[in-house]
Amino acid sequence: MGFLRNWLRGPDPPAAGTAAAAGQRRPPAPSGLDVGWATDVGTIRDHNEDSVLVMSAAQEGDDRQPPFGLFIVADGMGGHRAGEAASSLAARVAAHHITRRCYLPALIRTESDAYQPSLNEILVDAVLAADDAVSQHVRGGGTTLTCALVLGSQAYIAHVGDSRACLLNETRLEQITHDHTLVERLVENGQLTAEEAASHPQKNVLYRAVGQGSPLEVDTHVRRIPHGNHLMLCSDGLWNVVSNADITRLIQEAPTLHAACQNLVAAANTAGGPDNITVILWRSPPG
Amino acid sequence: MSVHSEPGVMEGHLPEGCLLRDRYRVLGLLAVGGMSAVYKAQDLRFPNVRRICAVKEMVNSADSPETRAIALRNFERETSILASLSHPGIVQIYNCFTEGKRSYVVLEFVQGKDLETVLSETRGFLSEGQVVNWALQICAVLEYLHSHEPRPIVFRDIKPSNLMLDNHGQIRLIDFGIAKVFNTGEKGTMIGTEGYSPPEQYRGVADPRVDIYALGATLHHLLTKRDPRTEPPFTFDTCPIQEANPSVSLELVKVVHRALEYDVDDRYLSAAEMGRALTNLPSAGSSKATVRLETPTDHLNGVTPLWRFASEDEIRSSPAVDNRTLYVGAYDHNLYALDAETGEFLWKYPTGGGIASSPCVYEGIALFGSVDHALYAVDADTGRVRWTCPTQGKVWSSPRAAFGHVFFGSDDRHLYAVNVQGGRVAWKFEADGKVRSSPAVGEEAIYVGCEAGTLYAVDMSGNTRWRFRARRGVTSSPALAREMVYVGGRDRYVYGVDAQSGWLIWRYRTGGPVISSPTVDDKVVFIGSADGHLYALDAETGRLVWRHATGSQVTSSPVVFNDSVYFGSVDGYVHSLDTQTGDLRWRFQTGGQVTSSPTAAHGLIYIGSSDRYVYALPA
Ligand SMILES: Nc1ncnc2c1ncn2[C@@H]1O[C@H](COP(=O)(O)OP(=O)(O)O)[C@@H](O)[C@H]1O
Ligand SMILES: [Mg+2]
Repeated sequence: MGFLRNWLRGPDPPAAGTAAAAGQRRPPAPSGLDVGWATDVGTIRDHNEDSVLVMSAAQEGDDRQPPFGLFIVADGMGGHRAGEAASSLAARVAAHHITRRCYLPALIRTESDAYQPSLNEILVDAVLAADDAVSQHVRGGGTTLTCALVLGSQAYIAHVGDSRACLLNETRLEQITHDHTLVERLVENGQLTAEEAASHPQKNVLYRAVGQGSPLEVDTHVRRIPHGNHLMLCSDGLWNVVSNADITRLIQEAPTLHAACQNLVAAANTAGGPDNITVILWRSPPG
Repeated sequence: MSVHSEPGVMEGHLPEGCLLRDRYRVLGLLAVGGMSAVYKAQDLRFPNVRRICAVKEMVNSADSPETRAIALRNFERETSILASLSHPGIVQIYNCFTEGKRSYVVLEFVQGKDLETVLSETRGFLSEGQVVNWALQICAVLEYLHSHEPRPIVFRDIKPSNLMLDNHGQIRLIDFGIAKVFNTGEKGTMIGTEGYSPPEQYRGVADPRVDIYALGATLHHLLTKRDPRTEPPFTFDTCPIQEANPSVSLELVKVVHRALEYDVDDRYLSAAEMGRALTNLPSAGSSKATVRLETPTDHLNGVTPLWRFASEDEIRSSPAVDNRTLYVGAYDHNLYALDAETGEFLWKYPTGGGIASSPCVYEGIALFGSVDHALYAVDADTGRVRWTCPTQGKVWSSPRAAFGHVFFGSDDRHLYAVNVQGGRVAWKFEADGKVRSSPAVGEEAIYVGCEAGTLYAVDMSGNTRWRFRARRGVTSSPALAREMVYVGGRDRYVYGVDAQSGWLIWRYRTGGPVISSPTVDDKVVFIGSADGHLYALDAETGRLVWRHATGSQVTSSPVVFNDSVYFGSVDGYVHSLDTQTGDLRWRFQTGGQVTSSPTAAHGLIYIGSSDRYVYALPA
């Protein structure tokens, strides 16, 4: 895991240096992760097929590590409880894979220069491992899977399905991932307009999902999340019924990330809550 | 999400003699498919001639009015795209209309047979020459469709029954899948036919290379007579062509298998590339003349250098242009200054060794290294020496100047930071190996590779920020963009590394050592490989966008100018490709290997060659 070691040979934390130079004693700036989340069954369905997984790790000390965050939203589908089984298994298998291949080796490092997988490979492999597990163990179930690995202020995302990862700056919500829905595909190909898509009867038919037994193509994205900006992961239970403008406003107005998540869920339920609602919010720490 | 092409039942065929739109008299039924019926009809608009057409009837069977309306709009959109096409290999559309739940397309009637019928009527096997001839025609049509503007048209359903052979021996594409817009089964996510369609099509991918695969499957079927619809999907490799039909040549088998590669990146990148491979087959012989295929030779003419200048030895380094002066180093030990517009000689500065390093001009000073171990700083106007900086090894690395300093590497394993005005060494950074890579200078760090395989980020005081290890030497010079560092390795990989942390974000494996240095333009990384290709990779994910094959190694570093990417190849050519598609715009032949990298300035491309010349080419 040479590349993790590299990180650790980074410069001294600048905060400590400046404080010392000014002759003051200030507590070190918190370098942990600012994160909130919520999940809710909605008002129509009788069980929640969404799964959410949040991990956040920070460490101070001599051999400092960058803050590490792992955020996963999975939206399951399939009858007889296969949906929630699929989403939960997918989230757990992916998290297991990512922590094992990426986070744990960084805690205790060996000097061997073993072959380094890239972060993209680790993330894609994690989703493929989830795909394998769901195909094998959950009959008739499938799930979306959106995983965001955050190291420092850089977010690495792997994605399949129509849950979303979005970047929110002061004014605007930018969708990072693409929805793998048939309708979205038609829009991309210029065969449907956005309005036609919104009222399309098959708008939630996925053409790619975890656990469907066909060779799976996984999208990856890398985004630096500027300080103070938010990364949001959510299931379609939120974005289908709450507009981007409302999402932006609710996040900006909330006193804490936890409150923001609660308010987002409430807004989706006010709008009818036709589907399960899940949201994770992370704020990039101030530099 | 399963893939299927379920047959919805077509009921109630039009009786013979019935009239559509008061214009088309049905003469008889030609074929009935899952979602359509095709009739032979006479167009009564032209009373004095017997004008025959084919009428395809489709039923819009969706239950809800909205879905029906959407399907109808898609039908109209698709037919109007097709009506705009014009190619001898594509059947013409005459008209389309809708009556209630039934929509109709009126097509040119093709006198002939579809290839499925041809195949079933053939005793024994079709001849290889025949099949190759058809394949070439199909490639030409696909090339036409795939280069359609504003976006490529992907046919998505190449198979024998959708290819008609007319009475003149022309292949005609007939079925553009319009019928599929009416297929509203919830699972109907796929257009295509099981057996002929590649794996990625099952995931909704509509890349032009799905047609390459389907053409491969069609050729496999035509050559072996084994129907892929009756075999498990993607099992062509378990059914060797020559086992079924020993008369097929090994060369053709290779072409078919390349088209049928499971991984889309392993297939031919374009119909044009596949067409060229087919043209080169011995069995293509007689048919060559009849097929119009755009080959690169069409582009060759027309590029004449504005000027060229002869040095006394190979030119391997890249020229630099500052204002109206071009600077270039040669193996004859000299740095030359030429008038960039005319190529006129201005002055030269002799060093004690060959110059493989590319000069840079900064604050009126031309800086360059020599294999005589020194870095030289000469006055950019007069060529008079200002200072030299001796090192303990050859200087192959090209200097880069910023913040009043010049940064360069030496075979003495150091990266140097030298004050430009005075020539004083500010610091030396010790690397694990010889530093032949040229540094990239960012706001906060300098990035450079070394022959031991380490890529370094060094801060402005000469301390390591991070290091990243490749498995072999990093001779390639890093490029910095989008807060990432891109670099090639002799271990065949192209790497995308986080500039701040040194994390490896992605890597892409080429077929040979990557000595070429990347250039990044609009989210795409361009880089050459000793495997002979120039690669275009997605800067964020490292996925292949396209690659272009040259005749030999590409160690030259590409440059992007006005939607074209320029680079040299050991095949002796300077190549100009479309940045979007990788298609060849032109190539220019020099008299020797081109390892020099081009420079774009004043609307011209400047590049050297081992034929001793530096050329000024029109971009
Ligand atoms: N323009 C035409 N001229 C002559 N025959 C045609 C024409 N179009 C279709 N056919 C015949 O009808 C068959 C089915 O047509 P096609 O367009 O492929 O329909 P489907 O959507 O049912 O596959 C073809 O295989 C061919 O034999
Ligand atoms: Mg057909």
